[in-house]
Amino acid sequence: MSHAPAPRTAFLDNGLKILIQEIHIAPLASVWCWYKVGSRDEMPGCTGVSHWVEHMNFKGTTNIPREKVKGIIEEFGGSWNGYTWIDQTTYLETATRDALDRMLFIEAERMANGLYEPGECESERTVIISELEGGENDPDQLLEMEVNAAAFKAHPYGHPTIGWLSDLQRMTRDDLYSYYRRHYIPNNATLVVVGDVDADDVIRRANHHFGAIPPGAVPTRTLSVEPAQLGERRVVVEKEGTTAYLKVAYHAPAATGEGFFPLLLIDSVLTGAKGLNLWASFRTPPPQRSARLYRALVEGRLASSVSGGLLPTADPYLYTISVTAREGTSLEAVERAALSEIDRVAREGVTSQELDKARNQLRARLVFENDSVTNIAHQLGFFETIASVDLFLSVGDRIQQVTQNQVAEAAARILRPANRTVGWFKPVPIGEGEHLPADAASSGGPVSGR
Amino acid sequence: MTIEVQQGLSPIRKRLENGALVIAKESGATPAVTIAVSVPAGTATDPRDIPGVAHFLSRVIDRGTESRSGDEIAELLDSRGVSLNVAAMRHTLVVSCTCLAEDFGTMLALIADVVRNPSLPESEIATRRGEIITSIRQDQDNPAMVAVEEELALLYPNGHPYGRRMKGTIETVDQIDRPVLSRAHHDRFTPSELLVVCVGDVDAARAVDESGKVFGDWRGYPASPLLVPSPARVEERRTAVFPMMNKAQADIAYGFNTISRQDPSYYAFSLLNNVLGQYALGGRLGDSIRERQGMAYYVFSAFEPNVGQAPLVIRAGVSPANVDRAIASIDEEVRRMAADGVTAEELAASRRYLIGSMPRTLETNAGIATFLQSCEQFGLGMDHDVRLPGLLNEVTLEQANELARRFLVPERATITIAGPYGAS
Repeated sequence: MSHAPAPRTAFLDNGLKILIQEIHIAPLASVWCWYKVGSRDEMPGCTGVSHWVEHMNFKGTTNIPREKVKGIIEEFGGSWNGYTWIDQTTYLETATRDALDRMLFIEAERMANGLYEPGECESERTVIISELEGGENDPDQLLEMEVNAAAFKAHPYGHPTIGWLSDLQRMTRDDLYSYYRRHYIPNNATLVVVGDVDADDVIRRANHHFGAIPPGAVPTRTLSVEPAQLGERRVVVEKEGTTAYLKVAYHAPAATGEGFFPLLLIDSVLTGAKGLNLWASFRTPPPQRSARLYRALVEGRLASSVSGGLLPTADPYLYTISVTAREGTSLEAVERAALSEIDRVAREGVTSQELDKARNQLRARLVFENDSVTNIAHQLGFFETIASVDLFLSVGDRIQQVTQNQVAEAAARILRPANRTVGWFKPVPIGEGEHLPADAASSGGPVSGR
Repeated sequence: MTIEVQQGLSPIRKRLENGALVIAKESGATPAVTIAVSVPAGTATDPRDIPGVAHFLSRVIDRGTESRSGDEIAELLDSRGVSLNVAAMRHTLVVSCTCLAEDFGTMLALIADVVRNPSLPESEIATRRGEIITSIRQDQDNPAMVAVEEELALLYPNGHPYGRRMKGTIETVDQIDRPVLSRAHHDRFTPSELLVVCVGDVDAARAVDESGKVFGDWRGYPASPLLVPSPARVEERRTAVFPMMNKAQADIAYGFNTISRQDPSYYAFSLLNNVLGQYALGGRLGDSIRERQGMAYYVFSAFEPNVGQAPLVIRAGVSPANVDRAIASIDEEVRRMAADGVTAEELAASRRYLIGSMPRTLETNAGIATFLQSCEQFGLGMDHDVRLPGLLNEVTLEQANELARRFLVPERATITIAGPYGAS
């Protein structure tokens, strides 16, 4: 069975693309509105603006006054949320099908009529700084931020989505509003509706709510291309803590780049398959007990956990392996064992049995991660925003078609020492470290809104 | 599913001759099945002086059986893309997975083998011990975890099963060896207490039949019932600070002991909690602390009823400079709710939300399985999904407000703060 039938596609006159998939199993509908704007679109001095704008887009609009926001979707038993990452910002509502019109109304208002009251912008500044500080409490997130920053010299993928603290302290309401107006236009968005709906009805309603929103000039995205890395980079974070962490990050192909799917299979062999759904699969642990790095590090009693991270992105991003060192184990030993396994894959590729297992794992994960209208809608919009919905529809076939030679070629090309950044979090015993004020730390991963 | 929601889930519920209970629900939404098998062997059953046994058992029980090595189990799981989840809750230990429909029989048989015949190899025990100790050390460096664990320790003192650390301590984990784990398995894993839930793309009658084949010949004595004592009544306000000066943000836990899941006022309390700290972006607490004052990225209240009296805990993560102001704001909201009560409009809105969210709760196989497990554990009946709207509709404003007056008393709050705050 295909993991996903093709959605119905429509365009409004103003350029808004609509993807609709009817699924008449539960009396639910999920509406997502995706924008091609993320932290890659931010200039120095305004890092974090995409995410802050996302927060502001829950703060009331011309026709949804601030006091009416609370309960607007909950009265249908629904939930709503959003997130911002490097390539995209997205908003969602999932509720009973009778809320369809309400959900479309909310998204149209969000696109065109955000209020950005100065007092609300100020209040949200401290909320976001609190979010940043919460992330900073986690040593693993601190290390991720440092590794990403070291891995990218030219491409804006290197700065954290939540932004640098000094930018969050400095930005003004006008910075937020002008950014919002520039990027939130129908011809820079994709509306996705999945669930117990009628496609013709969705198009009619979408036209009613969005049709009058004027298109604009679509902002040009970053043109910087990250230059090839010429040698291994290393970063060390030394901070009070109890546990040591290791990250090894390799520059990886974009979703449409040569080697992305072979690398996905390599990751399955090294750390177990995660699938491709940022919204769903990463909440379920991967099947990894026989994975090479799990066996070498966790079964080898050097680490308590290991995970691999490879997500589809618009431009080349990173494949990151994260390891939690076992109590009493040195980072040197953990790194040596991890790199030994990775280098072996780079030299020798994987066996045909391993490749079959990786394909089976990903076949199952594609089923598990598309088990709800919310998850399916996420995947349609995510892929359309970073590449195309057609890529999503073909991922099952692409995974099955990867050959052992393609895996070997990708491993040799990507998993090279010169292409990696190695990061250590070295815990300083509690009470013996310096206590600096919060600086630039934050999560390098996606940040949820609201 | 539309019809199912209107008519109810109507699962098959069958008791095997050995007392094991099987609940099966067919749903063809995806070609997958969720299997969840539980026994009353949660952390509350840990020996009083060795907390952490049930958690340790959950980490090692699936690493080898009398007939399968750990490597064989690993290969069986990984070749099918299945990750087995073993979770030690307070009262139950649950072994669960989601698998492709074609793998249902194989995975059910594996879970039965794991539950019935774990071999608990010494080498696996040694490996998992190191993982658990590392995990405890990570928790010690996590302000949110410290705040919550210390909150529960204060609310449920003197060795109460809800106050003990679920993972145990480094010292107790060091004491847990194979005989201790074997004894825990022998004493708590019995067919008469077994619950098997299968939901997904499998014929319900077949699921019951297959469960009978893999569990039906299991014989054993009933486990002794676990009595959860009522915790001592808290008569005064308590505040405990756990300085963690290496952190950027402080985490606050602010709670009260409340009621058990079986208490008739459960539904009124659920609505009260929803108004206080859940509805939309954290209920009244979210309105005040996040939305109006911009003090916190997260603030909410969690009400987690259980077999015994369980807590309502308000949680917030704030800048160290705002800790006092945040606690004052929580006090204000708690006091206001006790004094003035919830409004009829708030109660109606929360009621609409909780009833209206049921189709989302019951959309996926895993969601249905969790719901059915809970229905059985607390004796709610297999038609609970149908009756739940009525039970929520019956709650009156006065019932909710009487609970607020009785439980939400700032002068009897237990407060813990962990983070860069309060060190001399």
